Amino acid sequence: MSKQRQGLLITGDAPVQFTFEGQRFSGLPGDTLASALLANGQWLQSRSFKYHRPRGPLSLSGQDANTLVQLGPEPNVLADRTPLSEGLSASGQNYVGSLAKDGDSRLGFFGRFMPVGFYYRAFYKPRGIWDRWEKVIRKKAGLGVLDTQREAGYHDKQYLFCDIAVVGAGPAGLAAALRAADAGASVLLIEQDPYIGGSLAWHRYDVQGGAAAAMLADLRRVEAHPRIRTLTDATCNAWFADHYLPVIQGTRLYKVRAKQTVLASGALEQHVVFHNNDLPGIVLCSAAERMLALYGITPGNKALVLAGNDQSCRSALTLADAGVQVSAVVDMRASPDDPALLQALSERAIRYIPGHTVYSARGSGSQGRISQAEIRPITAPGEVGNTAETIDCDLLCMSSGYMPAWQLPCQAGAKLSYQDEVAGFRLSGQAAGVHLAGSVNNIFTAEAVVKDGERAAAAALAALGYDVDVPESVSCALRPNYDWPMFAHPKGKEFVDFDEDLQLRDIVNATRMGYRDIQLVKRFSTVGMGPSQGRHSALPTARLVAKATGRTISETGVTTARPPFAPEKVAHNAGRVLHPYRQTPMHHRHLEAGAHMVPVGDWQRPAYYGQPDQARHCIESEAMHVRNAVGLIDVGTLGKIELRGPDAAELLNRLYTASFDNMEIGSTRYAIMTNEHGVVIDDGVACRLGETHFYITATTSGVTRVYRAMTQWNAQWRLDVDILNVTGAFAAVNLAGPLSHKVLAAAGTDVDISAAGFPYLAYREGQVAGISARLMRVGFVGELGYEIHVPARYGEALWDALIKAGRAFGIKPFGVDTQRLLRLEKGHLIVGQDTDGMSHPGELNLNWAVDRKKPFFVGQRSVAIMKREQTQRHLVAFELPAGSETPAEGLLVLEGAEVSGKITSCAYSPTLDKVIGLAWASSAHKKPGSQIVIKSAGGEPLTATVVKLPFYDKALSRQEIQA
Amino acid sequence: MPFSLLKYGLRKDYPFEEDADIPSAHKLRDSYDVVIIGGGGHGVATAYYLAKYHGITNVAILEKGYLGGGNTARNTAVIRSNYLTPEGVRFYGASVELFQGLSNEFDFNIMYSRRGQLTLAHTESAVSAFRQRAEINTHYGGKSALIGPDEIRKLVPCLNMNPAHMPVLAGLWHIDGATARHDAVAWGFAKGATQRGVELHQLTEVTGVDVENGKVTGVQTNRGKVRCGCVVQAVAGHSALMAEKAGFRLPITVYPLQAMVTQPVKPFIDPLVSSPALHCYVQQTGRGEIVLGSGSDPYPLYNTRSTLPLKESLLSNAVALFPFMSQLRMLRQWAGITDITSDYSPIMGLSPVQGYYLDAGWGTWGFKSTPICGKTMAELVAGGGTVPDLIKPFSLERFERFAQINEMGATAASH
Ligand SMILES: Cc1cc2nc3c(=O)[nH]c(=O)nc-3n(C[C@H](O)[C@H](O)[C@H](O)COP(=O)(O)OP(=O)(O)OC[C@H]3O[C@@H](n4cnc5c(N)ncnc54)[C@H](O)[C@@H]3O)c2cc1C
Repeated sequence: MSKQRQGLLITGDAPVQFTFEGQRFSGLPGDTLASALLANGQWLQSRSFKYHRPRGPLSLSGQDANTLVQLGPEPNVLADRTPLSEGLSASGQNYVGSLAKDGDSRLGFFGRFMPVGFYYRAFYKPRGIWDRWEKVIRKKAGLGVLDTQREAGYHDKQYLFCDIAVVGAGPAGLAAALRAADAGASVLLIEQDPYIGGSLAWHRYDVQGGAAAAMLADLRRVEAHPRIRTLTDATCNAWFADHYLPVIQGTRLYKVRAKQTVLASGALEQHVVFHNNDLPGIVLCSAAERMLALYGITPGNKALVLAGNDQSCRSALTLADAGVQVSAVVDMRASPDDPALLQALSERAIRYIPGHTVYSARGSGSQGRISQAEIRPITAPGEVGNTAETIDCDLLCMSSGYMPAWQLPCQAGAKLSYQDEVAGFRLSGQAAGVHLAGSVNNIFTAEAVVKDGERAAAAALAALGYDVDVPESVSCALRPNYDWPMFAHPKGKEFVDFDEDLQLRDIVNATRMGYRDIQLVKRFSTVGMGPSQGRHSALPTARLVAKATGRTISETGVTTARPPFAPEKVAHNAGRVLHPYRQTPMHHRHLEAGAHMVPVGDWQRPAYYGQPDQARHCIESEAMHVRNAVGLIDVGTLGKIELRGPDAAELLNRLYTASFDNMEIGSTRYAIMTNEHGVVIDDGVACRLGETHFYITATTSGVTRVYRAMTQWNAQWRLDVDILNVTGAFAAVNLAGPLSHKVLAAAGTDVDISAAGFPYLAYREGQVAGISARLMRVGFVGELGYEIHVPARYGEALWDALIKAGRAFGIKPFGVDTQRLLRLEKGHLIVGQDTDGMSHPGELNLNWAVDRKKPFFVGQRSVAIMKREQTQRHLVAFELPAGSETPAEGLLVLEGAEVSGKITSCAYSPTLDKVIGLAWASSAHKKPGSQIVIKSAGGEPLTATVVKLPFYDKALSRQEIQA
Repeated sequence: MPFSLLKYGLRKDYPFEEDADIPSAHKLRDSYDVVIIGGGGHGVATAYYLAKYHGITNVAILEKGYLGGGNTARNTAVIRSNYLTPEGVRFYGASVELFQGLSNEFDFNIMYSRRGQLTLAHTESAVSAFRQRAEINTHYGGKSALIGPDEIRKLVPCLNMNPAHMPVLAGLWHIDGATARHDAVAWGFAKGATQRGVELHQLTEVTGVDVENGKVTGVQTNRGKVRCGCVVQAVAGHSALMAEKAGFRLPITVYPLQAMVTQPVKPFIDPLVSSPALHCYVQQTGRGEIVLGSGSDPYPLYNTRSTLPLKESLLSNAVALFPFMSQLRMLRQWAGITDITSDYSPIMGLSPVQGYYLDAGWGTWGFKSTPICGKTMAELVAGGGTVPDLIKPFSLERFERFAQINEMGATAASH
């Protein structure tokens, strides 16, 4: 390179070495991968999706799919958004062989045999053949390759808050930010490019040049403004309800909560549709301007400009002033709007050819770069005459106009309507608090854009309660859109959608095949479904479909703009992938004791103490120990809810099936909760602490739902009661076994724990080992036992004290799997395991827990009806003799050839020396003594006997202190 | 290259009139034998089978938007039959069977792709639940098995077996699990139905239902009144609203359901993989995109907006299962409104209004049933209200009898 490149973004002159397609290149600090490649004359950067055509940058601003490359393990990376770094190594993607010699490029020749939607019309005859074709086609689809061994590395998230978020730091956004911040509002200014100023930084707004720079100098005041925080290189990727904005910068996702949003997100320059309009070297005018101003790259030696507006004519001036030879400006219009342009062009000896278009282009050389353009006169919309002229060129800059960046506004509820006078779409009707400014609002002259920014900011300020005048809406007479920039060619390849390789006739043919709605056109042809999501195809498609179906362009519309605006990494949304789990205060004690921990709801709990390969042995010996001596289990994961207030009992009356009115203070009651369908959804133990004070447990995984149901219902009922979920505030253990009262006594308590002083199902408060505790005499595992709840911070101390006191009695901890076995022996069911989403109290033998005299509880009507109806099924207890196999939970219960139920719980009971279980079966078999047939794992029938519960301690004596 | 493609390249004027899959708009007549409300997959499938098997072609499908533009367009196309109840397994199993022949039946490729579906169990209780589903499925002739970690590793080598402190203990491997090009299913049915004389009216919204003496006599639309002998309502998310117009209520709650898709990459995963515990399922489409889905939004709402919290939780769970997916790029996020019943089974059959037939309550799982629904609803109509055995259990009055078909455990995040 003879001359050092000078560009706004070029920050140094020390060469940066990198490789592309295995070839070594050198760029400059501040380059993107794409700009560095262009500086090296490497225009060919990708292969197209379907026909594998050579492609180079189109927008050079991350708005098209032509620069998607594979960056190490990462597929589909936009080269024009990737900062160059020393040693960077990238390659093209989606080719066979190499980017330059893609074996699949011959697919283009077969294009005529692959009409739009061709895959719906072939590959399935004869039946079965599709299975084979599918594999071939799947391999051809997809762009880059994902390395399944690599992760994206560290990504995180941060919340930000502001009064007004301004999206886009072009003239409109800068003016809006200043207006808002000067008035006292806090402003977050979000810009996807690495610099502020937007088009002011590279576009020529006047014939002389220089106006933009002067204007930008004024607006730069944002940089030092104390109330403006500017994020550059940051993309606001969506507008979510209530101004919740995801902004991606580097590896961080900012989650922005704004009170108002100003969308100054600009407009997307549009291409012209002609034969071979996708060759490398054919770019949008703005891309050529960016190359010059941002990166100091001379985009070509011999340029041609295909103009649809004055903007593109001014680009020609810029190119010429930068030393590019501009052969001609081919203007689709009859004349420029600003007559001064003709003078300026002729001063630079640039031919001006009005009323013409480029009709086709030819590429040559190893990169397939444009070398010639054929121009023809336009005779009618979309039609050309026969006189052709061929012009040599290595750069073609085109602009047919602009499409407002409609994505965020539409997510905020705006609608697009097409206006024939300006040949473009206009946005309106966005949600309250969202203000459009600048070219997204169809305002194009620099002065008007600034005014519009200030107007939008004033509107936002007014909505925030600032005392400001909101100016009238700004008008702009400029008409930058050419209304029919599409020219069909007998050979096709006039691309409407570059991402998906869709040509003009593909869109028209989709409508002719019956897919007339714009949404159907999209779905059938895949137009707009590629990585750039229709940025350049939406407008031409709307025009083509409208014409083909005889509707207006407004009626036709464009397809919904879904978030995200720009492709974003999964890693940005996933963040640090934190999956916290909850642990009880005794967690470390369990680990020290060798517990096998398992997930239960959000918690980790000991399943048993010992190695997984010894699981059965551990569980059985822990169980025997509880039966014969004493055990201790951490039940701190139980849900715990505190209810206080005059209506506490009434709330429980309405939510649980039991009656709580006459419940004595100092007692407990088993409580089941049903939903409106009468289905049992949770159970727990309610304790009455005082006249207006209850404490109720809920299942570990159900408590969140229970708590939500309580607050939700009470929002309707408005009872005088406070509801508090204190699950995490209390630690809890169950001290169980015939020796448990001795351990409790040894640990020291001021509660009278004599048989008479603390009877079964009573509730007491007092000290245990010096810790204030709530005690319940419950018998879930079927032995004498005390559930002890203490403030969470004393959980470990309580555990230690009981283990220490219990040492003399041989105390051992036991896990949740052991508890499951013990409660099964006792015949207690577990909601969720033994019930399903349809289980009624009656089917579960729980009618005793339903109060029949209460006026109301949720689900009462259903429960009553169910009680009257003959239920089809019943949860039964069954036994198999010792020595028989233990059928696994989930195996089926059969009634002849039909399935009538399943096993919900089953285990070998060491206490009883037989196999016991609970199962759903036809209610015909609910009587003890009848037989049910289980389909064993091997498929053979296994006959089990239905028995009466409980399996263990039918005399109900074990729950008392043993003599 | 298949022979069938040659003709397109060799014919100059392609496509001809007769190549159209969907005919252009008709005049809406003032009377039909059958009116079908809703031009989603279910509506057009019903019309197709009415025409094909019962010779009933004086049928109008009235669609307020565009063909297949409701949940049919938004769904993630999981097709499977590994349900929890005998009724469900039989019904969905029959659907899977029909699906396999549709491309050839339509002469239109729906790209049915049998990939197998793997549902992951992270807890012992999930293992038992999956065992039950495998058993029920096999009992009724389906193809499902409970498999262990080693087999899972073989099927999906790139899966993280210990995601989010929830080790993968086992998996429900459903060999029949499949996917298809969802739009093409609606188009294929529409093509077959309209070729046989059924009229498809898009941009035609039903605004009222005329009922006389407890019998339906017609509907009102934005294009005028239409008389008819009977009506099939197949409007998915709008089921409850439509039923209200006909004068009765449905036990349906409406929740938004979201899904999202990434940019396409070369194929790396074959089966559909889902983790109910992590509220996440993942599959790679024929185009190479990864489609991701989750459970419904947590509160009832008639709105199809996307939300950031769901995207964050779904993607962080997806990354827990497949850490390398963190490198993928998101392309689109969207939502549909789904009609959920309390037992997660559909409502099919008779309604309180005579001649007004229901196909509703399809919630988050009704794409897979499109063909069998169409077939059985057509039988119902053709039989003058005699309910086919296959759908008897799904009647509306089951809720009065508390004879629900509980599929809650088999639905969740697997759809
Ligand atoms: C995100 C998402 C993912 C899903 N994933 C799956 C999946 O993987 N597998 C699966 O099996 N299912 C899935 N589903 C569910 C599935 O999409 C639906 O159950 C199924 O598509 C319903 O089909 P349908 O034809 O009844 O409904 P739709 O396709 O919604 O058709 C109903 C039609 O009725 C029209 N309509 C409504 N009101 C009126 C009116 N008044 N007049 C005229 N027309 C009207 C609507 O415009 C609509 O086109 C998913 C759903 C969603 C939203």
